Amino acid sequence: MIYWDHAASTPPYDEVIQTMAEVMKKHYGNPSSIHRMGEDAAKLIKRAREVCAGALNVKPAEIILTSGATEGNNMAIKGTAMQYGGRGKHIISTQIEHPSVYDSCLDLKKQGYEITFLPVDAKGMIDPADVASAVRKDTILVSVMHVNNETGAIQPLADIGRVLKNTNPLTVFHIDGVQGFGKLPVDLEEWQADLYTLSAHKIRGPKGTGVLYKREGLTLHPLLSGGKQESGLRAGTENIPGFVAMSKAMRMAAEQTEAFMKEVGAYRDILLDWIRKTPSLEPNSFEEGAPHIVNVSFPGMKAEVLLHTLEEHGMLVSTKSACSSKTTEPSRVLLAMGRSEDAASSAIRISMGMTNTHQDVKQLLTALDAAVSRLQPLRQEGMK
Amino acid sequence: MSLNYDMLLLRFGEFTLKGKNRNRFEKTIITHIQSILASYPAAEIQKEYGRLYVALNGEDHGKLTDELKKIFGVYSISPVVVCPSQLDKIVETSASFLEQMDLQKETTFKVTARRVWKAFPHSSHEMNHLVGSPILKKFDSLKVSMKEPELQLRVEIREQGTYIYCEVIPAVGGFPRGSNGKAMLLLSGGIDSPVAGFTSMRRGLEVECVHFYSYPFTSRKAKEKVMELAKVLSGYTGEVKIHLVPFTEIQTSFTGHGQDNLIITLMRRSMLRIATMLAEREGALAIVTGDSLGQVASQTLPSMNVIGRATELPLLRPLIMMDKSEIIEVSKQIGTYELSILPYEDCCTIFVPKSPSTNPNLRIVERIEASLTNLQTMLEEAVGRTETVVLTLDSVIEADREDGIDEEWF
Repeated sequence: MIYWDHAASTPPYDEVIQTMAEVMKKHYGNPSSIHRMGEDAAKLIKRAREVCAGALNVKPAEIILTSGATEGNNMAIKGTAMQYGGRGKHIISTQIEHPSVYDSCLDLKKQGYEITFLPVDAKGMIDPADVASAVRKDTILVSVMHVNNETGAIQPLADIGRVLKNTNPLTVFHIDGVQGFGKLPVDLEEWQADLYTLSAHKIRGPKGTGVLYKREGLTLHPLLSGGKQESGLRAGTENIPGFVAMSKAMRMAAEQTEAFMKEVGAYRDILLDWIRKTPSLEPNSFEEGAPHIVNVSFPGMKAEVLLHTLEEHGMLVSTKSACSSKTTEPSRVLLAMGRSEDAASSAIRISMGMTNTHQDVKQLLTALDAAVSRLQPLRQEGMK
Repeated sequence: MSLNYDMLLLRFGEFTLKGKNRNRFEKTIITHIQSILASYPAAEIQKEYGRLYVALNGEDHGKLTDELKKIFGVYSISPVVVCPSQLDKIVETSASFLEQMDLQKETTFKVTARRVWKAFPHSSHEMNHLVGSPILKKFDSLKVSMKEPELQLRVEIREQGTYIYCEVIPAVGGFPRGSNGKAMLLLSGGIDSPVAGFTSMRRGLEVECVHFYSYPFTSRKAKEKVMELAKVLSGYTGEVKIHLVPFTEIQTSFTGHGQDNLIITLMRRSMLRIATMLAEREGALAIVTGDSLGQVASQTLPSMNVIGRATELPLLRPLIMMDKSEIIEVSKQIGTYELSILPYEDCCTIFVPKSPSTNPNLRIVERIEASLTNLQTMLEEAVGRTETVVLTLDSVIEADREDGIDEEWF
C-alpha cells in the first residue's frame, strides 16, 4: 500500500511518537497543580509554547494550544463574532473554505450575522479586489484559507491583508493555515494576520492538537468556559504529551519547508504532466499551487469507483476532503471554480508527503493508467 | 542617522582625580572593556591620558556604544570620525560629517576646535573660524550661537589624526567594577534590594548576594526568582556570587514567645549576624541593605537602631533617603522591576505579625535572644548549610532538583 492522502492526515515522525510516549508516561501531573509534578508539567507547556511560537516567528503569548484546526477555526470565527458582534455583524469568507470555517459561518448566519462568501476564479483563487469591494464599516472578520485542501490553490494572502487593512483596519483577518504550514513559506507579519489556525496531524504531529495564533492585543470570546488555562481562552486540562509532541513536529516541519517544496513539488509536476497527456482526465490543480496536492477529475465516472479501483492497485487516495468525502454531493470547491457537476463529482485528490519517493510516483502512474483504461469504457455521459 | 564612525571616545568619571589609584582603576576598567570587546573581535583599545579610544575597524558603533555605556566608571561616550591633521581634510570631513546628519530644521551651531598637537600651523581659535565659516556657507539650516548651541562640532587636532564628533552620550558613571572593595548584599525578592545592589556596584563595590529562604513556608519559585534577580545584576559586572541561606529553623524559633510584634526585629538581627559571618569568610568589609527610611516597620529609625546593633560591620544603605517612586524608576531602568513584582512570598512576608513594632525595645529583644540558648548554634549551622552559586547572564536557573524534562522532546 502506498499512502497518497497526506492532506487528510500524515504519518507521525518517529521522534514525535517517542516524545509522546515518554512525556505521557513520565509527566502525568496536572499543570495547574502547585506541587513539583504540576510545576514540571507547566514547564513542559511553557517550553512547548515557546517552540511553537519560534516555528511561526511570533511571541509565545500569542500561541493558544487547541485540540486541532476544527477547534481553532471555530474559536477564531465564533470567538471574534461574539467579541466584536457589537461593532458589526458582517463577515467575509470564501466559497472554498474547509467545512470547519464554512459551517461556522453558516452557524453564525442563523444567529443573525450576514456572511459574504467570495467567489474564486477557474484556478481556485480569490481576487483581492473582491475583498476590497466586499469590506464594509460593519465587517468584523475576514476568513481566508492559505492553501485549499481539495485543490492546493494558494490564496494571495499578502495582497488580501493589505487591501483589507487599508479598507477597514478594525476588521480581524483570520487565516486557516492548515494545508500551508511546512509546505510553503509562512509570514504572518507580511500577511497582517490577526488569527492563524494550524493542526498538528497534518504536519506529522499527533492528532488532537493544534495551534491558534492570536495577535497580541486582539481579544477573543472563549468557546469553552471553566479553568484559566490558555489565559482563560480555553478551559480544560492541557494535553501535555500532545502539545510537546506537536511543538517538535512544528519545529521540524518549519525547518523542512524548503526541502518539502523542492522534493514534493517535483512529484506534483510529474503527475500534472501525465494527467494533461491523458485525454479523459481534467486537472483541477496547477503548478502554481501547493506542492503536495493534485486534484483530478475523471468525468463520467463516480469518484468513489476510481478511488476503490486504485485501492485494488495498492494506492490510497481520497475524494474531496476527508471531512466531506462520505457525502455523495459534488465538490462545493470545484463547483465554485466553475467546473461542471460531472467534473465536480468525479474528482479524486492525490496528496503527497516527504515519505513518498520517485519510485512511489512511478507506481502510482502505472496504477492510474491501468484504472483509467479499465474504467474508460464504463463512463456515463451526464452522470450525476 | 547612519554615520560611518571610526572610533568611540570613552571619558572616565571622577576616579581619574584619585592620583595614586588612577592606574589601578584604569586597569580594572580596561579589563572590563576587553571582556565586552571579546564579541567584537575587530575593535581595539587605544589608551590615552584620562581617556580611552576604541577603534571600531568596522564593528557596529551603535551596538557597542550601548554595551560600553553600562561599564562602571565610563562617564560618557562619543562616536568619532577620524581624518588626517591637514586643514583641507579637516574642513572637508567636517562638512561631510554634518551632511550625513541630515539637518532639516534650523539648528544653532558652533565649532569647538582644540589643538592638542602644537606643531599644527593654526591655533584653536583660528580653527573655529577656518572650519566654521565654510560650513555655515554650505548649510543654510545652521545658525551660529556661541551660548548653548544645539549642535557643537568638536574638532580635536592631534599629531596622529584629527577627531571630529558632536555627540556626547552619557554613560553609567561611577567607579570601575570591584575597585572599592567588597560587601555582602542582603537580597530579598523585592524591588529595593536589587536597586541597592546595583547602586553599590556602580560605586565600585564588589557585591556578594545573601538570600534567606524558609522552605516550605516559601516556595522554590521564590528562590528561583531571587537567583534570576542576581543574574540581572551579574550582567553589570560579568558574574555575581549568591549565598542561599536556609532560614526556616531560626525564623520559626522566634514564634511562640508572646512577642510576635518583635519577630521581624529578631529575624533581621539574625540575618545581619549570618551575613556578618559570611562576610568574614568571604573577606567582605560591609553589609549593603535596601532599607529606605520609614518604608516599613523594620526601617523606622528606632527599628534600624535596634537591628543595626547586631553587627559591627558598617551597614551601607544606598536607598535610605530615596522615595519609593524613585527606587521603582531605577529598578525599571536596570531591568529588575518585572522580576521583583512576581508574586512569590519571601521569608520577610511570612509570620508577619498584625502590627510589627516600629519602636522595638532593645532590652526585650536581647532578653528573648538570650532565652534561645541554641541561637548561636542555629546561626552557625545555617552558615554551614549555606549554598553558594556563581551566576552569570548565561546561567540557567532551575529549582535545585531534577525535573526530568528532556530538551530532546522538543
